[in-house]
Amino acid sequence: MADPMDPLLSVCDLTVSFRSDGRWREVVHGVSFDVGPRETVALVGESGSGKSVSALSVLRLLPRDASRIGGSVRFAGRDLLAASEAEMRRVRGDSIAMIFQEPMTSLNPVLTTGFQIAEALIRHRGLSRSAAEAEALRLLDKVRIPAARSRLHDYPHRFSGGMRQRVMIAMALACRPKLLIADEPTTALDVTIQAQILDLIKGLQDEEGMSVLFITHDMGVVAEIADRTVVMYQGRAVEAGPTARIFDAPAEPYTRALLAAVPRLGTMAGRARPMRFPVVDRATGLAAATPETPDTVQATARPVLEVRDLTTRFEIRSGLLGRVSGRVHAVERVSFSLAAGETLALVGESGCGKSTTGRSILRLVEPLSGSVLLDGEDITGLDPKTLRTRRQRMQMIFQDPFASLDPRLSVGAAVAEPLLINRLATPQVARRRAEDLLARVGLPPESAGRFPHEFSGGQRQRICIARALALNPRLIVADEAVSALDVSVKAQVVNLMLDLQAEFGLAYLFISHDMAVVERVSHRVAVMYLGEIVEIGPRAAVFGNPQHPYTKTLLGAVPIPDPARRRARHALPDAEIRSPIRTPDYDPPVRLYREVSPGHSVQDWDAAWADATPEWAAA
Amino acid sequence: MAGSTLASPSDEAVPIARAPASPGRETWRRFRRHRLALASVGVLAVLVAGVVFGGLLWPVAIDDIDFAAQLQGPSWDHPFGTDDLGQDLLARMIYGGRISLAVGFAAMAVASLIGVLVGALAGMSRRFLDPVLMWLTDLFLSLPQLPLLLLVIYLFRDSLKAVFGSQGGVFLMIVAVIGGLRWMPVARLVRAQFLTLREKEFVEAARSQGATTGHLVRRHILPNALGPVIVAASIEVSSAIIAESTLSFLGLGFPPDIPTWGRLLFDAKDHLDVAPHWALFPGGAIFLTVLSINFIGDGLRDALDPRRVL
Repeated sequence: MADPMDPLLSVCDLTVSFRSDGRWREVVHGVSFDVGPRETVALVGESGSGKSVSALSVLRLLPRDASRIGGSVRFAGRDLLAASEAEMRRVRGDSIAMIFQEPMTSLNPVLTTGFQIAEALIRHRGLSRSAAEAEALRLLDKVRIPAARSRLHDYPHRFSGGMRQRVMIAMALACRPKLLIADEPTTALDVTIQAQILDLIKGLQDEEGMSVLFITHDMGVVAEIADRTVVMYQGRAVEAGPTARIFDAPAEPYTRALLAAVPRLGTMAGRARPMRFPVVDRATGLAAATPETPDTVQATARPVLEVRDLTTRFEIRSGLLGRVSGRVHAVERVSFSLAAGETLALVGESGCGKSTTGRSILRLVEPLSGSVLLDGEDITGLDPKTLRTRRQRMQMIFQDPFASLDPRLSVGAAVAEPLLINRLATPQVARRRAEDLLARVGLPPESAGRFPHEFSGGQRQRICIARALALNPRLIVADEAVSALDVSVKAQVVNLMLDLQAEFGLAYLFISHDMAVVERVSHRVAVMYLGEIVEIGPRAAVFGNPQHPYTKTLLGAVPIPDPARRRARHALPDAEIRSPIRTPDYDPPVRLYREVSPGHSVQDWDAAWADATPEWAAA
Repeated sequence: MAGSTLASPSDEAVPIARAPASPGRETWRRFRRHRLALASVGVLAVLVAGVVFGGLLWPVAIDDIDFAAQLQGPSWDHPFGTDDLGQDLLARMIYGGRISLAVGFAAMAVASLIGVLVGALAGMSRRFLDPVLMWLTDLFLSLPQLPLLLLVIYLFRDSLKAVFGSQGGVFLMIVAVIGGLRWMPVARLVRAQFLTLREKEFVEAARSQGATTGHLVRRHILPNALGPVIVAASIEVSSAIIAESTLSFLGLGFPPDIPTWGRLLFDAKDHLDVAPHWALFPGGAIFLTVLSINFIGDGLRDALDPRRVL
């Protein structure tokens, strides 16, 4: 009989090695932590810090012949590393359950969700088929899936990402585990859905009395959910302690550097201009002075970009003759302008049309109607040849730094390519200019001869920025340019973008779902929902005095990296983000905007929003 | 620009493990790591040199009939033995190898060329061309090949012979028929590659820099799509050699007096019990060629991919 005060899971001096090229390489070096009963412990760190590997080795889920686990892992008084494979199978799913990051791929697409949950119940708890189905229904209700009875026989593709993650949680709960290991369960989800799932995990933990081991890279999520936190860096647990203590008084330099790089919503109140992230030395933990960014906006000159009533729709065809069966209203009558040296952020959740807006402006997708004026010239009607010359003045930085560089071109060739395509330089001149540009974004000129796969994500994003700068553009559309990067790298790239804006007077259209980064970098913000701009205005006005219910929901859902400001359960509606797919005869309503303060306009919302507004957001 | 201050340099280490080598040398270095491919190059080189220059070292006529030496096993006089007419098999294999290898490579070139062209056009078109070309591909895939071959050979053998001579005419016909009936897998492969690659962000990036469609295809899409095509093409060489063997085996290919490797196998089949060497040598040559070409294809695919760090 175990003492109730004993830790449920006790990991001591855990080492994990992988075999690569015949040599054993240690990736986790002596990590120790405990998870007590009903406690939530967060393992936090950047990519490659060994946090996921540590969690997987608790369940012995690593490939057996290519990995070696040392140290000890005790669960409820039992040594898991010494247990036989058959015993481990009983532990997995039975007393320890796990949920993974990618809800889209972790359900079998050819079986109904109800069947998949029932399967686990029959296997582990020995229920009959009918009892298992009844229990599956109870579990779907428990994870707050609306109209659970009717969805029991739905296939996974009919569920959205957030709903699938709920189904995964329902499956994990099927055997009433004592410990739930959650490996980045909310990373792939939108921020409002993330808030719902975090609420759900917290609520279920209270109801079921489970312990939770939560793996994440997001300090905001840690502050929201964890009782204790273990900070990992390069395979070591550099610091462990109660979450409040870690955030208030980080002892280790790395923790301090990590926390300094975390964007915090609300820190920009009272500041008019964007601000660089403070740079903290990882070795000493001392912060360098943060230089004030100069005022770059050239408000008096004609705006670089004026977008009027831009509309982009995609047709969905079906049937033998390709009849139009529906339309995606990706961008609906979007209007804004952008001055030189200014950053306008387009924010919104997945499917809101923010990326399509960026692509429509560059005419990478053809807009249906509306006008895009670049330096006063409408580019929507231009023929392909003239358009190519105009595109020199507007460039794009993409989200995925691994997909946006041609793996077969050396970095120097990639940066020089825009000059050669437009016949602006001879190959020799272009090569020298590429080296200059690489130096400008903080990479040594020798890197020109290397290939993209030799660089890390942050370095690749620097290369993409250098490539975008090669043509001396006036406007850069940054489509989720820093979303895929680790926090500290994200801070560096944002700082670089701010420096370049100050130097070249660049206008940025900064497309992002990350409200905290947006608050840091932008002069003005436009919030998009279902293809329409619902609120636009100066950053301080939108963040400080949000008007539209959706803006309030979005801001309320952002996890705040400060345990002291942890919200009470905010009872978010378990709603999904609505779909912009409409029937072919749908005619979008004419929207009216009212001006709240100079430059700050908000769309008049219809009755649907009045009911949907949760009390905490309205308050 | 060059003189401006550096802002927030990347604090991650830039890989400086080795000096950047020229792309050609890098490719060769990666290819060398592929032991089997390297050995296969050797084997194929021996085979090609053998059929090209073998005639000089072994100047025996292919139609030198010697009834005193029927169906003999390998000996010093006849290293590969003789057939039922006492003709020297080594000389016949050297002669036939030229035709077999030439047919294999030429048919591969025809099939890959048509396949890449059709696949690329279909993959880049966003309107009517794609479905039309894919219907054409499906149509070709559904054609029964042997009856069609018979028909083509029946219709065109004589007119081609009149223009290009007996051997040249049959060669052209066989290459056209084999190549013309085998481009469909390549076309489908290329189309699928193009469809994914044209939506890749690096292609979009080049497009947003003002690149023309031609530039996108030449510089970004085609080079990245070639890996699977090279493997498919190398398999194409082997299947063309085998297809030619099949045709000769059925007596539809070259005239019976021209000893391609497939024809030799066909002739040997009636004497397998008394003269197995007759079938073993051409069979082994086809086997070695096909195998080594497949390995070389594998090695080339890996070598042409700079992401391979091996």
